Order: sequence, then C-alpha cells, then structure tokens
Amino acid sequence: MADQEKDDDQPLLMAEGLGKSYGRLIACRDVSFALYPGEVLAIVGESGSGKSTLLQLLSAQLAPSAGRVSYRMRDGVMRDLASLGEAERRFLFRTDWGYVHQDPAQGLRMAVSAGANVGERLMAVGWNHYGRIRDTASSWLERVEIDIARIDDAPRTYSGGMRQRLQIARNLVTGPLLVFMDEPTGGLDVSVQARLLDLMRNLVSELGLAAIVVTHDLAVARLLSHRVMVMKGGRVIETGLTDQVLDDPREPYTQLLVSSILPA
Amino acid sequence: MNAPAYNFAYLDEQTKRMIRRAILKAIAVPGYQVPFASREMPMPYGWGTGGVQVTAAILGRDDVLKVIDQGSDDTTNAISIRKFFAKTAGVATTTSTADATVIQTRHRIPEASLHAGQVLVYQVPIPEPLRFLEPRETETRRMHALGEYGLMHVKLYEDIARFGHIATSYAYPVKVNARYVMDPSPTPKFDNPKMDNCAALQLFGAGREKRIYAIPPYTSVVSLDFEDHPFNRYRHDAPCALCGANDSYLDEIVTDDKGSRMFVCSDTDFCETRQAQGHRGSESAAPHEEMVHG
Repeated sequence: MADQEKDDDQPLLMAEGLGKSYGRLIACRDVSFALYPGEVLAIVGESGSGKSTLLQLLSAQLAPSAGRVSYRMRDGVMRDLASLGEAERRFLFRTDWGYVHQDPAQGLRMAVSAGANVGERLMAVGWNHYGRIRDTASSWLERVEIDIARIDDAPRTYSGGMRQRLQIARNLVTGPLLVFMDEPTGGLDVSVQARLLDLMRNLVSELGLAAIVVTHDLAVARLLSHRVMVMKGGRVIETGLTDQVLDDPREPYTQLLVSSILPA
Repeated sequence: MNAPAYNFAYLDEQTKRMIRRAILKAIAVPGYQVPFASREMPMPYGWGTGGVQVTAAILGRDDVLKVIDQGSDDTTNAISIRKFFAKTAGVATTTSTADATVIQTRHRIPEASLHAGQVLVYQVPIPEPLRFLEPRETETRRMHALGEYGLMHVKLYEDIARFGHIATSYAYPVKVNARYVMDPSPTPKFDNPKMDNCAALQLFGAGREKRIYAIPPYTSVVSLDFEDHPFNRYRHDAPCALCGANDSYLDEIVTDDKGSRMFVCSDTDFCETRQAQGHRGSESAAPHEEMVHG
C-alpha cells in the first residue's frame, strides 16, 4: 500500500519538448507535461491544431522529430518509448495501454463476433481456455451495457454507440493503466454521447485508469478530465485544471473556444 | 518423344538452384515462408505449380516419384504430373508409398508411415494462415516475426462460438518447432498428427503466392487448440467398404440418387495394398469386375 502511494507520486507518462514536423510544416512543437496514474488529461483545440499528431506521438505510433516520451513500465522504471523494440511496444499496446479510435471500425474486427473482439487481447497474452475467455468477455459486455444475447454477433450489426462501447470493453479487458482516446464520442448523437460519457467516467474512476482524451468537444473535456491542455497551431497555449481553464480562460483563443459553445 | 528441347525436369539449372536456395532456407527456419521467384509452369495456377517447381528442383535421376491428388494416384492431376516428370526427367514413377523417394501431394498425407530419406512435397494454394483474419500482408509478416499469434485463436474461438466445437476440418493451423504458425495446406486435420516428428522431409510450395516453407525431419508440429476444446482428428465413423480399414481417412462416394453412399479409403495405394493382403470390406468386388460377370 505504501508502495502504491509512492508509485502514485511518480508520473506514469512524461513528454519532454515533444515536436513533430513534416518538412517545413510543423504539426506539433515543444510539448511537455507529466501524466500521473489515475489522471485524465484532455487535449482540446480546433481541427488541425496538432491534437491527433500529439496523441500518436504519445502512443509511440509516430516517431517524434524532437523531444521524447517516457513511460513508467510495470517494474517501475521510466523508459524512453523510442528505445523500446517493436515487440515491446506492441506488447505494451496489448497489455498496459488501450487505444479507443474515433471510428470503431478501426479499433474492432468488424467481421468477427463481439466475444472474440473482447477475447482477442486475452488470447494474445496467452489465455488458452475457451470457457474462461468467454466468461470474461461476457462480464465485460455486461459492464459496458451490451446485451449478452448479442455476444456472438459481429459488430457490423451493432449501432454506433454499441460499437464504441464494445471498443472500450475490448481495450479494458487486459486491465490497462493508460488509455488513449481519439474523439471517442465523435459521430454519435447527443443522447448516446451522454450515455457513453457516463459509462467512461464510471469505468475510469472504478479502475483508476489514466487517460489522455483528444476532443474538440469541451463538454467531453469537462465531464471526463481533471486537466486540460489547449492546443493551437501545434503549440500548447494553455494548460490547467479543467474547471479553471473552462470557467476562467486566460488566453484569448481559449476564451473564444469557450464562448463558442452553443448554450444548451 | 524424349523432349530433348527441355532441360532435365523441365526447369533450367539456374532456376532450380534458386528454388533449392529457398528450400534450404526454409529447412533452416522451419515453418517460415520463404519468398521465391516462382516461374510460369505449363499448367494453371491452382493445379500444383508450386509443388511441381519444388519437385523439379529436388528430383535426381535415381529418384522414384509418386504423385497423389486427394490421396489418389489415378486422378487426372496426379497422372498428368507423374507423366510430366516421366517425360521431362525420365525418372521412374510408382504408386507405392514405400517405394517412392519423392511424393508430391495435394490435400493428403499417405496412410503408410513415411521413412527417413523420403521427401513429401505439398501443393499449397494459400500459404498464409492469417490471411482471412488480417488482410494486410505487411501486418501478418510482422505478426510472424514477433510471434504474435493471438489472432489465430480468434478463428478457433469463432468456430466454437458458432458451432460448439472447432469446426475447421482442413488447413488446420499448426505451430512448427514451437515458433512459426503454419498452414499445412488444405490437408484434412486427420493428417495433422502425421506431420509431427515425421521421419521424412516435408516441403511446401505455393506457386501463385511465390512462397516455399518446410518441416525438417523429426520436428515438432502441434495443432493449435484450447485447453477445454482440445484438437481431435475427424474421420467418418465407418470401415472402408473395399478393404475394411478402420483407421484410414475415408472418402464418401454417392452411389445412386436415392441417398446410398459408401465410404472408401482416400489413399488408393493403402487400400489396394490391404486388398492384396487379403483384407476385405463390404463392397469388395470392384465395380468393373461385376460388370464383366453381369
């Protein structure tokens, strides 16, 4: 327990001077922050502000042009992601990390059943007992409020909201410590969004997950995150506690963002 | 005609050397799919162009060749390929499993156990076991390289979820030498255990897909399964109608349009050898002999 507390004082993920440029085009520059266990960070900004590039850099899907990202492995050692081999990186992605795509078709196998979608990560880490895999898959479907009767249906027969919930179950089944989410509520209607946000908020707090959520929707940031980073033109222009940034924005651009929310 | 215009065994020597290099690499890395520069052969893709190239590359003047198609020595494909090499290489051919040194096969492993020194050449249509699970070839290669085979179990999971048991009955995935997952070509899963610790060298050639892979003699070959749904062989629950064998893989033959059928060994050499030894089944008189008497 004491160890756990000591661990929580250490950052889980650290970005230092992170940048990415494509020739003369600078997609993202000089981003530094630390993410602690159990913390939810939202990255907000308009399209083209570098949010998604940053998320890809943080999740080691893209190599940075400058700076580095380090992650605290389960053994407590901070490792530079660039120094990990591909096998280690992919293993991290199957175990410690989750990645929720905006388009569920990218994160799911649309042609195989929901149960196999959830079970795939388990089988990838060596589970070899059909009954246990299926039990775990059904308990996760229950947790994300998908009818157990649909376990053998392929996600292409699912609605958009169900697909997104299935994607979340598929990611959380191996008990990750960190989840990346790229516009998790994009393309869903308002009531489905509300239900999904509610579910995600509960899961994140129940499991003590750390999460990095990229969104252009400030309501998502307000509901889910503890801290917010506002990006513009590839730079972080403002960062702070969510309530503080959204209720009392200092930067003119953030003020504009906040004021451009349509009143409900 | 001795076809003097052709080199021994049809292919030119440089091509055979290229194929042999691929074969050597495949033997060195059991189960790994080695790319090779597959040639255009005088037969359509899907008829065994890969197997024929492998056979052409390994055939020597003293070799005795046997060719089977679905276990049978006397189907069109088997006869054509046997004649092809009899003509272009002038090698001896046989239908006897025990006498052959090189056996080219489509879809079966002979019932008689193979002995050291023999080479079994498989014709392979689709060498990639992950093909229908992961459409990106770049990704499947990476998965092989990193030994990430969770996805293969997804297929078996789907089988059980849908049918209550592992319904894959041919091209059943195996793990070779505890490393690479391999598609054993569309042999029935009944034959999978014969690949394990086999005394003969097993070579796999996929002509259209330009891949060669191999299982060296005495290599472990394990069929993938779940702890609670173990691998099992499947055969029709009947003795062979011609030789009475209880342990051979059976073909189902429809004998009229009223639902009658009979089961006979798919391996014709095995069946005929047993009949010559005096084993009899329920329909032992061969149909053409009945015609003579009737």
